[in-house]
Amino acid sequence: MSALLDILASASFWAAAVRIATPLLFGVLGALICERAGVLNLGIEGIFTAGALAGWLTVYLGGSLWLGVLVAALTGAGFGLLHALLTVPLGLSQHVTGIGITLLATSTAYFGYRVALPTVASPPRIEPFAPLSIPGLSDLPFLGPVLFQQTALTYLALFLFALSAYVLARTPLGLALRAAGENPAAVEAQGLDVHRLRIGAVVAGSALMALGGAFLTMAAFNAFFFEMTNGRGWICIALTVFASWRPGKALVGALLFGAFDAFQVRLQTVAGGLVPGQVFLMLPYLLSILALVLVARRADYPKALMVPYIKGQR
Amino acid sequence: MIRFETRTTPSPALRAAAPVLAAAAALGLALVPLALAGAPLGRALVLLVQGAAGSSFALAETLTRATPLILTGLAAALAFRAKLYNIGAEGQLYAGALAAVTVGSGAVQGPPLLLVPLVLAAAALAGALLMLGPALLKVRLGVDEVVTTLLLNFVVLLFVQLMLEGPLKDPMGGGWPQSEPILDAAALPPLVERLRLHAGLLVGLVTVVLAHVLVARTVVGLKIRAVGENAAAAAYAGIGVTRITLLVAALSGGAAGLAGASEVAGLKGYLTADLSRGFGYSGIVVAMLAGLQPLAVVPAAIFIAGLFVGADTMSRTLGVSNYIADLIVALALLCVLVGGLALRYRVRWR
Repeated sequence: MSALLDILASASFWAAAVRIATPLLFGVLGALICERAGVLNLGIEGIFTAGALAGWLTVYLGGSLWLGVLVAALTGAGFGLLHALLTVPLGLSQHVTGIGITLLATSTAYFGYRVALPTVASPPRIEPFAPLSIPGLSDLPFLGPVLFQQTALTYLALFLFALSAYVLARTPLGLALRAAGENPAAVEAQGLDVHRLRIGAVVAGSALMALGGAFLTMAAFNAFFFEMTNGRGWICIALTVFASWRPGKALVGALLFGAFDAFQVRLQTVAGGLVPGQVFLMLPYLLSILALVLVARRADYPKALMVPYIKGQR
Repeated sequence: MIRFETRTTPSPALRAAAPVLAAAAALGLALVPLALAGAPLGRALVLLVQGAAGSSFALAETLTRATPLILTGLAAALAFRAKLYNIGAEGQLYAGALAAVTVGSGAVQGPPLLLVPLVLAAAALAGALLMLGPALLKVRLGVDEVVTTLLLNFVVLLFVQLMLEGPLKDPMGGGWPQSEPILDAAALPPLVERLRLHAGLLVGLVTVVLAHVLVARTVVGLKIRAVGENAAAAAYAGIGVTRITLLVAALSGGAAGLAGASEVAGLKGYLTADLSRGFGYSGIVVAMLAGLQPLAVVPAAIFIAGLFVGADTMSRTLGVSNYIADLIVALALLCVLVGGLALRYRVRWR
């Protein structure tokens, strides 16, 4: 028992939690922006994978790390644009289209990897983002190592979270975006274009999702593996519901999830002999399902989520 | 000026043409990544077709690959018909396979006439039970079944790995995580000498016909369709929407469970954690190509299976990755969705 408490009190544990939470921060923010505008984006799992490959491949082929981040974001935006065009103006089923985007983005990434590296047996590594100490803050006791000795992508995720929360809550654009997900007819009555707002939200959200994938290959594993996304996208969709589509709660939810994941990894080393490893690996998925069940009764869905908007029809 | 008019009843010819055109469009679009990979396009397509259907051996391979896809495609078609988005056929397939080896590898002894139905029933039951969980969460608490079924796929696969490294591990397996083999008396026999094609195909075809009769010719089928068309109206008409949803969930999960039994008891003979090559997910594409019609699932599954088998041949000869098949399958799904619009709307120029 005291061994577990020691884990929870250590700064290295919480630093790992923030690191593990980073891809989820990108993913959950992306999903939240899409869904706040009224579009469920189940392409997330595939967009993660495509972003992971795009970022890694750019660096592997000689590009800089930040160029890799840009290429990953653009890749995500591209798949997002496809999802948006199919579901917003064409009004196709968001469930099935999203699954299709996931299949397409995943197979494109896998095929692209095999075309770029036809004969490699073990995945080549790249020089990843290194931890970046923030002068002054990184020396703080406890908080310093937890929050201020992370990689640049973690700072970027936290900054984008704050920025998006501000834009959603305090700007006319954010208001219009939220309204597009709640009452699109009212948005149209204001003279704004619902379709453009929704397409923009899905493109931006998908770019964020791809950054979540890019973190995996450019700051965590330093290489591209098949099936490396491993359900992280679906977990983000569950976290979005759990957070009631609020950025603040989503931030806390993703960090808690990261902490839980870091905890189960350490628990494996403590209790590994007693319980099979797969039980620990199942926990994140079971926890996501549990989170959905817990909030189910009071889930406050955006009213027009998954409802296509057709001008002049009510 | 272009105008879109709603079609109330698309003609049968159009209904049949839409998925074929979508499949052709997907193949056409796949030429772009093929060309980028530097493959000679004409030869690639020839090899694809030859690999899928160029010989009786190729055809048998395609039908063997189609067998699980018929059942997972049916699982998706039944569920989607009632607007129950079961994306968990992959997990239900593994649950069925797990049940099949548990029952069929020595726990029960008996003649094939007893054991084969027992193995199939156990697998269907396991798949059905696994799908009932998310369905109950949906009808009781309103939890979105897409996310829960997707997440359960990962849980089930880990559970299979756990069982294969523990209680179900074959002591004679040379250290590999695989189950003990299915008894000969519990196995689905081969259909043709020296080919891998097995009686699982018949299981699939019979299940499809039963599902067709259920959906098209019975009162329950009418209720299923009514719930899918408009759940609120169905409830108003006195249909027990909850009961129908749970029934559909059980049928859908059961069909996917049968796919697992068929692969284990017909093809592989034992269970490994790489039994399925994404059959659960490809089943969704099969169902959409089939327009969610049970009978149409069969040709759709054969087409998708042909893509995978043909792509393997093409990949061996040209050195182009066989992930091209997954790419074409994904494109086919998106194309058939867009093609569905043509069934609902007519374009008028004036």
